[in-house]
Amino acid sequence: MSVLMLLAAIAVLAIAAFFLARQRALASTQGNPRLLHSLPGYYGWYGAISVLAPALAALILWLIVQPMVLEARISATLPADLVADATTAELTMADVRRVAGGLDTAIASGAISETDAQALVTGATDIRALLAQSGVALAAEVSPEVLTAAQDYRTQAHWGAAGRTALILVLAVLGLFWGVTRAQPEFRARNQVERVILALLIAASSIAVLTTVGIVWSMVSETFDFFSKYPYQDFFFSLTWSPNFRGGSDLGIIPLIWGTLYITLISMLVAVPIGLFAAIYLAEYASRRVRNWVKPLIEVIAGIPTVVFGIFALVTVGPALRDWFAEPMGLGNSGSSVMTAGIVIGILNIPFISSLSDDIINAVPQTLRDGSLGLGATKSETVRQVILPAALPGIVGAILMAASRAIGETMIVVLGAGAAAKLSLNPFDAMTTMTVKIVGQLTGDTDFASPETLVAFALGMTLFVITLGLNIFALWIVRKYREQYE
Amino acid sequence: MTDISAAGPARHRPRQSILTASANMKRRNAAEVRFKLYGLIAISLSLAMLATMLFTIFRDGVSSFRQATLSFPVELSAETLDPTGNRNPEDLRKVTTVGYQKVLSQAFVAELQARGITQDGVSDKQIGDLISRDAAGTLRAQVLANPDLIGTTIDATILAAGRVDGFLKGRVTFETAERDNQINPDQLRLVEQLRDAGIVQSSFNWGFFTNPDASDQRPEAAGLGVALLGSAYMMLMVLVMCVPVGVAASIYLEEFAPKNRWTDAIEVNISNLAAVPSIVFGILGLAIFINFAGMPQSSTLVGALVISLMTLPTIIIATRASIRAVPPSIRDAALGVGASKMQTVFHHVLPLAMPGILTGTILGLATALGETAPLLLIGMVAFVDNYPSAPPEGFLDPATALPVQVFSWASRADPAFIERSNGAIIVLLVFLVIMNVAAILLRRRFERRW
Repeated sequence: MSVLMLLAAIAVLAIAAFFLARQRALASTQGNPRLLHSLPGYYGWYGAISVLAPALAALILWLIVQPMVLEARISATLPADLVADATTAELTMADVRRVAGGLDTAIASGAISETDAQALVTGATDIRALLAQSGVALAAEVSPEVLTAAQDYRTQAHWGAAGRTALILVLAVLGLFWGVTRAQPEFRARNQVERVILALLIAASSIAVLTTVGIVWSMVSETFDFFSKYPYQDFFFSLTWSPNFRGGSDLGIIPLIWGTLYITLISMLVAVPIGLFAAIYLAEYASRRVRNWVKPLIEVIAGIPTVVFGIFALVTVGPALRDWFAEPMGLGNSGSSVMTAGIVIGILNIPFISSLSDDIINAVPQTLRDGSLGLGATKSETVRQVILPAALPGIVGAILMAASRAIGETMIVVLGAGAAAKLSLNPFDAMTTMTVKIVGQLTGDTDFASPETLVAFALGMTLFVITLGLNIFALWIVRKYREQYE
Repeated sequence: MTDISAAGPARHRPRQSILTASANMKRRNAAEVRFKLYGLIAISLSLAMLATMLFTIFRDGVSSFRQATLSFPVELSAETLDPTGNRNPEDLRKVTTVGYQKVLSQAFVAELQARGITQDGVSDKQIGDLISRDAAGTLRAQVLANPDLIGTTIDATILAAGRVDGFLKGRVTFETAERDNQINPDQLRLVEQLRDAGIVQSSFNWGFFTNPDASDQRPEAAGLGVALLGSAYMMLMVLVMCVPVGVAASIYLEEFAPKNRWTDAIEVNISNLAAVPSIVFGILGLAIFINFAGMPQSSTLVGALVISLMTLPTIIIATRASIRAVPPSIRDAALGVGASKMQTVFHHVLPLAMPGILTGTILGLATALGETAPLLLIGMVAFVDNYPSAPPEGFLDPATALPVQVFSWASRADPAFIERSNGAIIVLLVFLVIMNVAAILLRRRFERRW
């Protein structure tokens, strides 16, 4: 029975258990639900859960364990030279799986019968041609050992599937009996069902933690792998970045960090003044009507996907900066530059800074404003000398969060900043960032044994640590500030 | 001494009045006006940038919704297309697109001669080059589907070459054609005549929405079909995976979670995950879903898993806010008439929080729809010109997504792809506008003040 069929069978049994248990609970009190501890539906749910929980758990466990056991047993039967080390063993097992899968397809398409497939011998039949007929392409001739192993693999997989079906159906039926027999008037079905629901709720909320664990684990393990192949001193302190997939590459992170920080700096120079002044105007000067129109319009910027900003940088901003500034000033002739990416990331960050600062400025108590205006200060003096100092920690927090977003921004720099890792002060030079290089090293054909690919994980780890640190710091500042007026 | 000081200032100090502003006050008022002006400038700058961006995208992209086609009669001669003459599908298949290309260009040249359209300096081969390279494949598929067409003459409407399309849209001009090795000015003059004769027309580009991606040489045939389908599959899976988990997590954190280390850890995690750069999620997907769990690269399933993890914090934050907005009196009333805690939440709090959850979900999905960077890392940027099959198997097939298609077209050399890229952005923005408007309408319709 295939997994889908099995799932369908479990579902049918669960539905049956629901109605049987509900029916039995009602029957035990001669159809008077008031004598039951819980509402009749809860007895039904309890029946369904006692079918689903053990059967699904067993199915998942079996699906994980069976391939492992199978591979271990098959590779034990293979001759030693085919499983000499981890890489060759992996390749041989891949061959075995492919031949086994090919035989399955051949049988399914009717090219060969079940008994013939198990009796195949290399030399007597051209296995490669046979499998090619049913659409399975093999790179090389099948060796006799691999063929035998594949036939073994198929036999054992069949037994495994049969065992799986039997075990799970037995568990589901047992669960059904268990759930139905417990449907008695004094049984606290609601409490049991609610406990299961609570467990599900806890599991769902743990996914956030699991994601973080997954992120950290995936990057830490690959980063260690990278540092075992490439000295960490060179990674952190080398001034050149020139990966070479034939070996002998320089993978210094400093040019990438420089490019990232330079672009972030320019984007902050664009976003902070514009965002802050926009927020001040909206919070202190604008009439209600203007505010209701302008605020959502500025926030539209935040809803546009970053790849759109990337195209804007590539097609419009880059060429414009090159033709109007860089070339007349003799600063370079590249459309993609630090300036291009910085300005566009700055635009992207305007709504972020303005809406955060707006919230913070609005949170400054009105009494402070009234006091300052009452002493004769003008509105702008109030803003500059009273409101901004009071809101400063929050605004600094907002700026740090925006900086962390700029550091982690990918699509705009991929399309607008260029790919050459350079240490230069000229803002019209093309430079590159950590995110660009992560994309560059991990797209296309990648070989997860070479330091040139693995370096992307070390870059990702650095990026993760920097952005996370900035964010935690920013949140800490904002939280500290909020307590001030509460 | 007192005399001097009494006399001095009295003579020099101007008469103070609240009706005439002092120099100091004038300076302060000027500063006030300047300050206000800075604010106005900041707002107009940011709106101007938004407007410029949208303007350039629409200016460059709208033309991709129109497409030049050539219409002329094509005689599907039996000698070339069915050399054996028995209409056997196996034998018909042996005639490659090259054979069909010949048929098309011969028919095109013949039609021009019949109409008396000539242009000096354009060879028959160059006339044939005005036909898209994709047209032969389309015609072949049409003939294979319906072998009875062989031997008849059909009125074919086929794609014109990308440069012809560009000429009609004004992107290709006589000056650019001078430097172009795919077209020359004489061919453009011929196209002008063809346009006057009605052989070349521009019509609405349905193929842009249905065709799969096409190779570098054939921008005119490239469409968003696979990308739209891939994005739809992903959004469907994100909805199914992310919403139940997100809502369940929010319910737990808002209604049941005790104050302890574990729930604190979850809280901190959620707020930090919302700030992790999206590319880091791509690394996670590559390392865990593809390398560790062995899921197929470029598949929509992996894309949806990665996007779900990214969207989860957004949905949790929105859901928690709307659960918190349900007043405690509702809970107290339910508990007071004997409902259990679980019944209170599922029968009363959740239905009342539903509109807010829905709005948050739609906005979360809108962000998810535009996400690009993580999808590049899990291989969705690969060239895919086959449609994924129907779900559930189709979830494992390679596909691409709308924003990724925007990116991969933008990185190609031919300027015709930049037009397509902008066109794809317009499609993407239309979807985003629809989703956001839906969210706003929902909020207006169901918003409740307690």
